[in-house]
Amino acid sequence: MDPVSLELPHTLRGPQATAGYGPTTRTTQPIVTGTSVVAFKYKDGIMMAADCLASYGSLARFRNENRLMKVNETTVLGVSGDMGDFQHMKHKLEDVMTHEYDMDDGQALGTKSVYKCLSNIMYGRRTNINPLWNSFIVGGVDGGERVLGYVDLYGTTYMADSLATGFGKHLAVPILRRRVEGRADEITEEEAVAIMDDCMRVLLYRDCRAFNKLRRAKVTAQGVEISEPYSLATNWSYAESIVGYGV
Amino acid sequence: MTSIGTGYDLSVSTYSPDGRVFQVEYAQKAVDNSGTAIGLRVKDGVVLAVEKIKHSRLLVPQSNRRIMTAGKHIGVASAGWMSDTRHLVKRARDEAHNYHSVYKADIPAKIIAERMGMYVQAYTLYSSVRPFGVSTILACVDKDGPQLYMVEPSGQFVGYRGCAAGKGKQVAKTEIEKLKLEELTVREAVKEAARIIYAAHDEAKDKLFELELSWVCAESGMLHAHVPQDVLADAIQHAERSLDEDDDDEMEDEDL
Amino acid sequence: MAPLKPGEANLGTTIMAVQFDGGVVVGADSRTSTGTYVANRVTDKLTKVHERVYCCRSGSAADTQAIADIVSYHLDLYTAQHGEPPTVSVAASLFQEICYQNRDSLSAAIIVAGWDEQNGGSVYEVPIGGSLHKGEFAIGGSGSTYIYGYCDKTFRPGMSKDECVEFVKNAVSLAMTRDGSSGGVIRLAVITREGVERMVVFGDNLPPQYLG
Repeated sequence: MDPVSLELPHTLRGPQATAGYGPTTRTTQPIVTGTSVVAFKYKDGIMMAADCLASYGSLARFRNENRLMKVNETTVLGVSGDMGDFQHMKHKLEDVMTHEYDMDDGQALGTKSVYKCLSNIMYGRRTNINPLWNSFIVGGVDGGERVLGYVDLYGTTYMADSLATGFGKHLAVPILRRRVEGRADEITEEEAVAIMDDCMRVLLYRDCRAFNKLRRAKVTAQGVEISEPYSLATNWSYAESIVGYGV
Repeated sequence: MTSIGTGYDLSVSTYSPDGRVFQVEYAQKAVDNSGTAIGLRVKDGVVLAVEKIKHSRLLVPQSNRRIMTAGKHIGVASAGWMSDTRHLVKRARDEAHNYHSVYKADIPAKIIAERMGMYVQAYTLYSSVRPFGVSTILACVDKDGPQLYMVEPSGQFVGYRGCAAGKGKQVAKTEIEKLKLEELTVREAVKEAARIIYAAHDEAKDKLFELELSWVCAESGMLHAHVPQDVLADAIQHAERSLDEDDDDEMEDEDL
Repeated sequence: MAPLKPGEANLGTTIMAVQFDGGVVVGADSRTSTGTYVANRVTDKLTKVHERVYCCRSGSAADTQAIADIVSYHLDLYTAQHGEPPTVSVAASLFQEICYQNRDSLSAAIIVAGWDEQNGGSVYEVPIGGSLHKGEFAIGGSGSTYIYGYCDKTFRPGMSKDECVEFVKNAVSLAMTRDGSSGGVIRLAVITREGVERMVVFGDNLPPQYLG
């Protein structure tokens, strides 16, 4: 039986089909968006965090979203950018994992393979000039090796011991360079949590699209763990010493 | 079959004068020649079991699986041609996938059974195709609880509490009818299923066989999965012991 | 997202849905405008897509009517095939699929709400861009921006049916009076296991508020 058709009557298939009706239009801006994702390697695995907000322009519209997805027993995906595109990607990945389960061959899709799969989809979409408006961070433990990779709407990919998307690239990466890079093997979970919270706090202070309700994920040899939403303690006391705006 | 040899069995698109489609009946024969497959729907889940007859000792254990998964939550056990089975399982996976992508919900057992039935039935209509030589047993737990369906080469699909297909189906059905399926747990059903497959196995005709056992239940996270090795080993032990006991009984009968 | 075409009727709107134990309350204003002209002052933006599933439409009137018609057809088909009514979640997924696949040519933001046997009352939102968001209550349309503060302050999880009806009346009337693109009457519907009860609050009978 054919899949149920969900096309609108006036919708024509493919960009070529619409050529005679004026220029082909495509997603030209993200609408409902999530902000930064921060992730880095530490002694036991990888840690990742993102807040629970999906913004609508400057409106903090949906405040109970989960932007960290457990892909399988060894992999998490953090997302920033368009939430509609993310949900589309989420369904795609779930389909891949269902296919994997059905194969029943004793093989599990590792983090590197998930990253490759995701990167190929992202690069494929941008090549068809119809990108998914997201930046993703894939993290996990693959055959005992910690894996952390970035991919965005252009299909750009890179891997590093510490990564961030969006505003996090500007505000969290400098902190991570100082506190994580070169030390990934010695950072305990306790210290990792402290570093992560410091990064997320700076983002909370300085990113207009950040929100003080966030989740933290860790992937270790024991598997994936995504926390319940929590808040960060903030400090505003120096506001009292500020009066006026100049001399 | 009075009309055999009179030309009415050559095409699936020709009825015999007494209203039969012989090609479909022959397809059913292909099923009847195959190792036994059974399904048990019990109070907390569904169990599938298959007697996988092996033609060689050189085959790797647990290779050429005859119980497969379609869309995580549905188990497919089959009796008949393995190549046809693989085709139908692919179809079942596609149906499960399509349903999920539209409704974002797992396909219910009734719907996938209906869709598989429709697909199989279409192969009983055209002279250019051959009906499937497979009976497919579908197992799943959905919102209405445990479900068990069997799709036959004719395209007929029926829901069951317990069902059997393959060469041992008569023995198996007799045994299944003795069970109180509504009261059994999957743990108990696994043992019963193993026992029934061993009882239906004809040692004289097929020496080598492997028992395949799978379930959908709370223990498997409501997903379809082969039972763990220790459960399988327990079940086989139970089956072999029951067989020995039966043999003893028979000997006692002879003494009398 | 497609901008409105010149002269296209726009549901510059206030729409809302709140869930309570055993059902949902949906509400909307009744103004449809083309530019600054009120094309229809008694519009019904609460659209039935199945016996116990309604959608609240905002954006292009034409687009949202087309989508609601298609979803309604699919839900009827679903009911025929399954022998039972669809869940609200299934209806919301159909809305999302259409809105996401055609997001470049549609201007539609829809709230899907209703009651089903499995989950009781539930509320979903499909904003422009075609994402899907589940919530305890949802507000939408141009008027909604004026009442986020009021709603966040007033809403409590676990409100009774009557409290929800009052909440929707107050919120929609506040939005209607501040948003030039919303107005007319408040249409309400309460969806429960028992059925759908529809109500109208006339434009001259809105809850009292400061109009200084």
